[in-house]
Amino acid sequence: MSIDKATVEHIAKLAKLEFDDQSKEEIMKDLDRMLEFVDKLNELDTDNIEPLTHMTEEHNVLRADEVKTEISQAEALKNAPQKDSDYFIVPKVLKREDAD
Amino acid sequence: MNNSIHEIRAKIQKGESSCIELTKSYLQKIEENKHLNTFLEVFSEEALENAARIDKKIIGGNAGKLAGLILGLKDNICYKGHKISASSKILEGFESLYSATVVERLIAEDTIIIGRLNCDEFAMGSSNENSAYGEVLNPVDNSKVPGGSSGGAAAAVKAGLCHAALGTDTGGSVRQPASHCGVVGLKPTYGRVSRYGAIAYASSFDQIGPITNNIEDMALIMEVIAGSDEYDSTCSSQDVPNYRKELQLTGVKKIGYIKDCLENPGLDAEIKSRLEVIIKELRLQGHEVVPVDFPYTDFLVPAYYVLTTAEASSNLARYDGIHYGYRSDQTDSWESVYFKSRSEGFGKEVKRRIMLGTYVLSAGYFDAYYAKAQKVRRIFRDKTNEILNTHDFILLPTTPNTAPELGENTKDPIAMYLEDIFTVQAPLTGLPAISLPIGEHTNGMPFGIQLMGRRFSETALFAFSNEMMQNFGDN
Repeated sequence: MSIDKATVEHIAKLAKLEFDDQSKEEIMKDLDRMLEFVDKLNELDTDNIEPLTHMTEEHNVLRADEVKTEISQAEALKNAPQKDSDYFIVPKVLKREDAD
Repeated sequence: MNNSIHEIRAKIQKGESSCIELTKSYLQKIEENKHLNTFLEVFSEEALENAARIDKKIIGGNAGKLAGLILGLKDNICYKGHKISASSKILEGFESLYSATVVERLIAEDTIIIGRLNCDEFAMGSSNENSAYGEVLNPVDNSKVPGGSSGGAAAAVKAGLCHAALGTDTGGSVRQPASHCGVVGLKPTYGRVSRYGAIAYASSFDQIGPITNNIEDMALIMEVIAGSDEYDSTCSSQDVPNYRKELQLTGVKKIGYIKDCLENPGLDAEIKSRLEVIIKELRLQGHEVVPVDFPYTDFLVPAYYVLTTAEASSNLARYDGIHYGYRSDQTDSWESVYFKSRSEGFGKEVKRRIMLGTYVLSAGYFDAYYAKAQKVRRIFRDKTNEILNTHDFILLPTTPNTAPELGENTKDPIAMYLEDIFTVQAPLTGLPAISLPIGEHTNGMPFGIQLMGRRFSETALFAFSNEMMQNFGDN
């Protein structure tokens, strides 16, 4: 079939997800079935048809470019799993080569 | 409990009832029906405080349009200062920093919000079994699912745990559970109701829609929540009519029914025969009811899954374990914060859809799947509009079957997806559709009949629905 383990691993990496071996097998089967299911669309001739990309008929909804402080810094940080008074905290991004 | 908001208000004004009394009785019923698992959280004290405040306003003669309404919110609609989780572990502990536009508008008209309602995780599911906080039971028969994804909302309204509820509908998530529980559910025209503050699943499909016991309440709630919003540029600037005042009109209508839907081998025989009876009766009442061709029924669900999973994979990229929500404690690098938090925080169905969505958007497959589905979407929309150019409404079943047993569909995603076959046409085409509780199966379960209308034809849709409810409903 079209989906192999390498594809699952590639897609998972793009989606920032990881799966153990057993889940990988499951996802492989699920994706295969889902793709087989959606392959049905190929039975329809769509030559010369433009993709429908917007569902609304509103055009250029504009507003004045004014600064409004609707959410404060403290509020923005409120739901963060790890933070100090000013910043979101994440594990070190750059590590020194000679550090342990 | 099945009085309209208007009737409740009149009773309160006459001193025969009060918001406090009503709120207390709903709180008691919620307590008695805990086993249904409809509410993820009940805002008891706050609801009682608001009830006391609104009672005073009613007596003082300065209460809002919705005073007397006690409403539940699906757990994907933000209410400032309150928790919201989209029934997902990844939003554990999250508290809304602002209210959805619909919530602001409801509160401004003195609605009492009584709690947040269980749903499928990120609104992905048709049975409410994909919730991180457990399944919801159907109040009509506790061995059955309530439908989904707004399963808690439909079940709570049916069980009388709140007067009405707001859900969201992406592929049928308001109408399908409304059908399974025996209440009214609406998916408004795309752009009729602001999506600001609704947790995004598939942004070109999502619409917030009410779940009610009758059309009058539906019309009244829609009057309040619909209309342009500076925070949602896809929300229409068209004026909002006084839906409730125009419920009486109608006259002779031309209604089309899609032959392929009625002849669908998956359609339950009793649902089919109920539709046939309704068609016959409508004709006797002078309406013109004719078969119409829509040769794409089998293509609807596949197109829906390509487009919605693609949009979901993009919308759900924001859950990163850094800015808010759940963060795994198994992380050793900045990148593993993403991988671990997302993998531990999202449930199985959500991950499945993110994976498919990522696949159809990925290099080399974009044109074959995503662009293809967008082209097909245009075919659906043009064809459906063509039918509606010469017909007032399209009459459809809401669901192919009545509510399944708990656990019946969870093993096979495709079987579950096919449950959406009659509901996905409206969001794929941006059209409004309503499910009316005018069917009862010999298995004891209710089922809905669906009407789909022209863009922004909610006025006509409500008026005709009202007539249908009077003629075919049980009250």
